Amino acid sequence: MSHPIPDPADHLADDPPALEAIGLGLKYRRQWALRDCDFRLPAGRICGLVGPNGAGKSTLMSLAAHLLTPGAGEIKVFGGPPGTPAARRRTAFLGQDKPLYPRLTVAETLRAGHELNPGWDQEAAERIVRHGNLSMSARVGGLSGGQRTRVALALALGKRPDLLLLDEPLSDVDPVARQELTGLVLAEAVENGTTVLISSHVLAELDGVCDYVLVLGDGRVRLAGDVDELLVSHRRIVGAHEGDDPVPELDGHHVVEVRRTGRQVTAMIRPTADLDIDWDVAEPTLEELLLSYLRSPDAPALFTPGARPAAGAGAAR
Amino acid sequence: MVEYLIDRHSGLSPYLQIVEQTKRALRLGVLRPGDQLPTAREVVQATAINPNTVLKAYRELEREGLVDSRRGVGTFVRRSLAKPQTVADSPLHAELAAWVRHAREAGLDREDAAALITIALDSGFAGPAPATTGTAGTASATHTTGTTDTDKADEEPG
Repeated sequence: MSHPIPDPADHLADDPPALEAIGLGLKYRRQWALRDCDFRLPAGRICGLVGPNGAGKSTLMSLAAHLLTPGAGEIKVFGGPPGTPAARRRTAFLGQDKPLYPRLTVAETLRAGHELNPGWDQEAAERIVRHGNLSMSARVGGLSGGQRTRVALALALGKRPDLLLLDEPLSDVDPVARQELTGLVLAEAVENGTTVLISSHVLAELDGVCDYVLVLGDGRVRLAGDVDELLVSHRRIVGAHEGDDPVPELDGHHVVEVRRTGRQVTAMIRPTADLDIDWDVAEPTLEELLLSYLRSPDAPALFTPGARPAAGAGAAR
Repeated sequence: MVEYLIDRHSGLSPYLQIVEQTKRALRLGVLRPGDQLPTAREVVQATAINPNTVLKAYRELEREGLVDSRRGVGTFVRRSLAKPQTVADSPLHAELAAWVRHAREAGLDREDAAALITIALDSGFAGPAPATTGTAGTASATHTTGTTDTDKADEEPG
């Protein structure tokens, strides 16, 4: 560790963001998979990518990895287009299908990674494989789903990327290995200052892991920004109210979600002023906040400062 | 060296858990001046929490003057929070242990006792800190709480 202890906010202002989307859109046949997406992911962040099935998460990852090209707007990786050799060298993508050659051994797979990637870090790749007690001479085709995930992760991290895109990486991994692999990914990230974009359906899994979040719904950005700032600006409130008429306690605040069960009212709000009410008021957990937004597709989109492209950047639209 | 145990369901943010666990270790003498804190990498790998959270917690500890970060070497304890009153064989600990015995004899279970202690803490620490008496033996019961909170009174150099 260096001195002073680095703060991710330090290089927020000057460095180009790791990922930036400006009016980004992509249509499959007649359906927009992603539409009018504006957001920026500052370098050095661990960002959770969340949304229901079909929200556009995999599409966004594929666009960032240059496996797809935008139908509208643009996407930038460290300030430039994702297709350049430099951008591709800096980016690693681990998709849901985890393409590996089944007939290669683990060692041969890593050797291929070495040949294909100039900045290859054999030590890091082997560390990840060894943590799972995988034999280097085992054939990839004979490995379990979780073990294949580990090899694929070793390939992605061995590349020593500046931007690591992980699409549902741990869906076929058992809970113990899940925590262990998450720890390994984060450890490599902190060592190299890697920006990580990780999608998951398991919201609890992102809590504590992500310091940034991007929520997609129906192809659009619903919520984007710094997790701490988002949590501080929201409140989960619980109280009692008789009848079906509007709840006066919510007046004047941004209401993300209200749920009523008998007399009990539970709401996720973004207070516009000090909350001086007799209700149970608490800062939400990340999981509670994300669930509220996911359950309320009509709540207006929210960006924290810095999570939106700079004004004027959207001129290309 | 300490090991951080992060409870994701405690309701306390991982950031605060690291800060508090470090302070507890400093109070109990588990960490002493010169000791090294685990590197961010080690904490992150063991706990799978966000690296920026660890760094933020270390920055907070540094800001409070408890640790120093040395370039390329690591983060080291600068001063201890241990007071003679907080160690396990102190008179205050003995008083509290006796109280817990009485509570149990009176039929209270662990949660009852914890609730009583919490109430006493809340009322005892509500106002400004009273003038300290300086000697452990005559200190009031409010001083026994050094291991559980981050009250300003506990952060004064001992």
